Amino acid sequence: MKAYSREVSVALTLGGLLLGLAIFAPSFYQAQPLLSLAAREAPTLVAACGMALVILCRQIDISIGAQFSVCSVCAGLLAGAHWPIPLVLSASITIGASLGALNGSLVAGLGLPSIVVTLATMVTWREGLRWLRQGIWVDLPEGFQWFGLRQSAGQWTIIILALTVLVLLALFMKHLAAGRFIYAVGSDAEAARLAGIRPRRITFAVFVFAGALVGLAAMMNVAQSPQVDPNSGTGLELKTIAAVVVGGVAISGGRGNLWGVFAGLLLLACLGPALTHLHVQAYWEKAIQGSVILLAVVADGGHRRNQGSP
Amino acid sequence: MPPLLQLASVTKSFGAVRALRGVSFDLQAGEVHALLGENGAGKSTLIKIITGAHSPDGGTITIAGKRVPQLSPTIARKLGVACIYQQPALFPDLSVAENIALRLESVALFHLIDWPERRTRAAELLNRIGAHFSPDMEVRHLSMPEQQLVEIACTLGAGARIVIMDEPTASLTQTEQVLLSAVVRDLCQSGVGVIYISHRLDEIFGLADRVTVLRDGESVSTGPVKELNESALIKLMVGREVTQTYPPSEAECGEVVISCRNLGCSAGGIHDVSLDVHAGEVVGLAGLVGAGRTELAKTLFGITPCDSGTLFLDGKQIEIRSSQEAIANGIALVPEDRRRHGVILEMSVAANITMAIHRRLFPGTWLRFNAERAEALEFIRDLDIRTSGPDAPVASLSGGNQQKVSVARWLATNPRLLILDEPTQGVDVGAKNEIHRLIRRLAKKGMAVLMISSDLPEVLGMSDRIAVMRGGTIVAILWGQSTAHDVMAAALGLEVGAQ
Repeated sequence: MKAYSREVSVALTLGGLLLGLAIFAPSFYQAQPLLSLAAREAPTLVAACGMALVILCRQIDISIGAQFSVCSVCAGLLAGAHWPIPLVLSASITIGASLGALNGSLVAGLGLPSIVVTLATMVTWREGLRWLRQGIWVDLPEGFQWFGLRQSAGQWTIIILALTVLVLLALFMKHLAAGRFIYAVGSDAEAARLAGIRPRRITFAVFVFAGALVGLAAMMNVAQSPQVDPNSGTGLELKTIAAVVVGGVAISGGRGNLWGVFAGLLLLACLGPALTHLHVQAYWEKAIQGSVILLAVVADGGHRRNQGSP
Repeated sequence: MPPLLQLASVTKSFGAVRALRGVSFDLQAGEVHALLGENGAGKSTLIKIITGAHSPDGGTITIAGKRVPQLSPTIARKLGVACIYQQPALFPDLSVAENIALRLESVALFHLIDWPERRTRAAELLNRIGAHFSPDMEVRHLSMPEQQLVEIACTLGAGARIVIMDEPTASLTQTEQVLLSAVVRDLCQSGVGVIYISHRLDEIFGLADRVTVLRDGESVSTGPVKELNESALIKLMVGREVTQTYPPSEAECGEVVISCRNLGCSAGGIHDVSLDVHAGEVVGLAGLVGAGRTELAKTLFGITPCDSGTLFLDGKQIEIRSSQEAIANGIALVPEDRRRHGVILEMSVAANITMAIHRRLFPGTWLRFNAERAEALEFIRDLDIRTSGPDAPVASLSGGNQQKVSVARWLATNPRLLILDEPTQGVDVGAKNEIHRLIRRLAKKGMAVLMISSDLPEVLGMSDRIAVMRGGTIVAILWGQSTAHDVMAAALGLEVGAQ
């Protein structure tokens, strides 16, 4: 139990928030708005899973917002060219994986610091996209929104897809040797190398995988509206890093799990609507979100001091 | 005139380890006082106490006749203590003048910088010690001895009266050494006292006025250098009664397992290493810090692959370019500094033990936790690892038990050659003995063991043969019956048996 203290405390905070809403603002619990909220946040959850792997590996990827925008626009254009939905989906994932592979090869291959590499790729993708597309929204063909399903069925599809990704990844991280290697590399890359693990290979693979998840997330987002916003990925890196950190993953790598990330994301996602329902003025929302993140980081620092590790 | 520095029965412990058990030491103005002792004798701890980095548990420190109850790095600096380390601690991207200024000037944030003044002062200091380079040079363009001169200029500029030099010549050539000695003598002429640490006995005889020998954290002797010779010094350094017994060797020496011929690795600084290790044999690898022992281990294990020479395993020539290849060939390395690299502290005992055998233990992709636990339990029983269970994080174990986990990980790979780098560093006496018995048991089973150790009695007690390294190569191979004197003499580069 002690090993999961961080995850449990996030879950308890979330429970407290939901309980408070049930008592003071029962209007929060309405099926339709909640379903919309969940569908809106589902792509963020998928991207946050990728970010969690990257951070567990003691790296960071701040280019995922730009990757998300690139994948979204490409998916929109391909859909406009009447590609079938499964092909558009795999194209989006492939593009995301290739963008991740570029980050990965620079970080793992050349040993460059990931924050600088992904800052550079972030600016490159974002500005490149703006220059190529001049900020034009992409119109989607009929029958693409909600994958051609009714709205609620489409929303459920997206939510279930996100949850499937979460559950599968959480199981992989625990039950696959690869998952354990990610933790080992994130804890101490040199120790991992001395144990016969190849830290560079692991790091590269994690960046590619995170990119692929961003491609999937972009597709899940594109399918929710009749048009593609070329700036849809703006701020995604901050949202996902916040969810990962609030969820108890150590920013120094090697500690944390995806269930915590799930709880962290739910907490941050519910905070905004909850404040509205509790009649807190809208401009407090960001400040309160910021405080939650700060609290998580402070808790992380306290946790590390208790462990006595440097 | 009172001595510049006087220490009386200073003690210091780190946890259960007693680094200093009572050191008395004094430094007179104008003398070079050499400090001598084998690895782990307490030299570095003593330096850190004099510079205020560690506070002693007991004893007194008197500087220039005044007792100093609480010595911090700042106070030590004010009282004129300066230390020059083996690796100069300069800022490579700043100029010489700036580096000197950083040590000497006020640290106030809005202190205005007087550039011409900085330059003049630096030039004057460099001139005083006979350095022939411009104060505008960036430090990264300077050679190692030039950087050391900058360090000395700093201490001069700060008006240091007590200068500690920690192996200043370890990386210098012969001519550079002579130059440095001249500078040191000039320093002494001006009334500075120098504490000089070196492993080069010839240097100590050429330069020092007095010498103090440390052994096991105690100062065993202080006297004028003139009254001693090399052999007497070595005797003082190693001459201790054996306080620990070692399990006897019962292994039968079998076939040659690994054999290197003129092995070299320029990245690791080792060259022309030739060594055979037989099945069932424990070969001790002795030498001073920096002699290339860890580097040799890393080369054999493929971390810094060799770039010259050949390697044979069971008579067949092999190439090892990565640790994966080493593992596949049955070579295992239990690294030194286990808290950093030997184990992953956050992970469970079981995960740490199976870290190197994933492919064998989990032929499918899925981890099988029951198989893993069974494997771990076997080692926990076998090696008597004291843990609350295979799922406990390694961080919760004691040092000796963490070391056993680190060894267990490599035993699990079923190696032909087991390399142990400082296997008993920082573990208590009981655990040490258990690890020794474990090494014997492994050798008896036919494993070839190469054991790096800075603990001389351990090397003597455990090894069937002892290979002594110096300057990146093996300089002597001694049989188990040799004495500490022989090993030390070889490590220091003297004729063996020069009594």
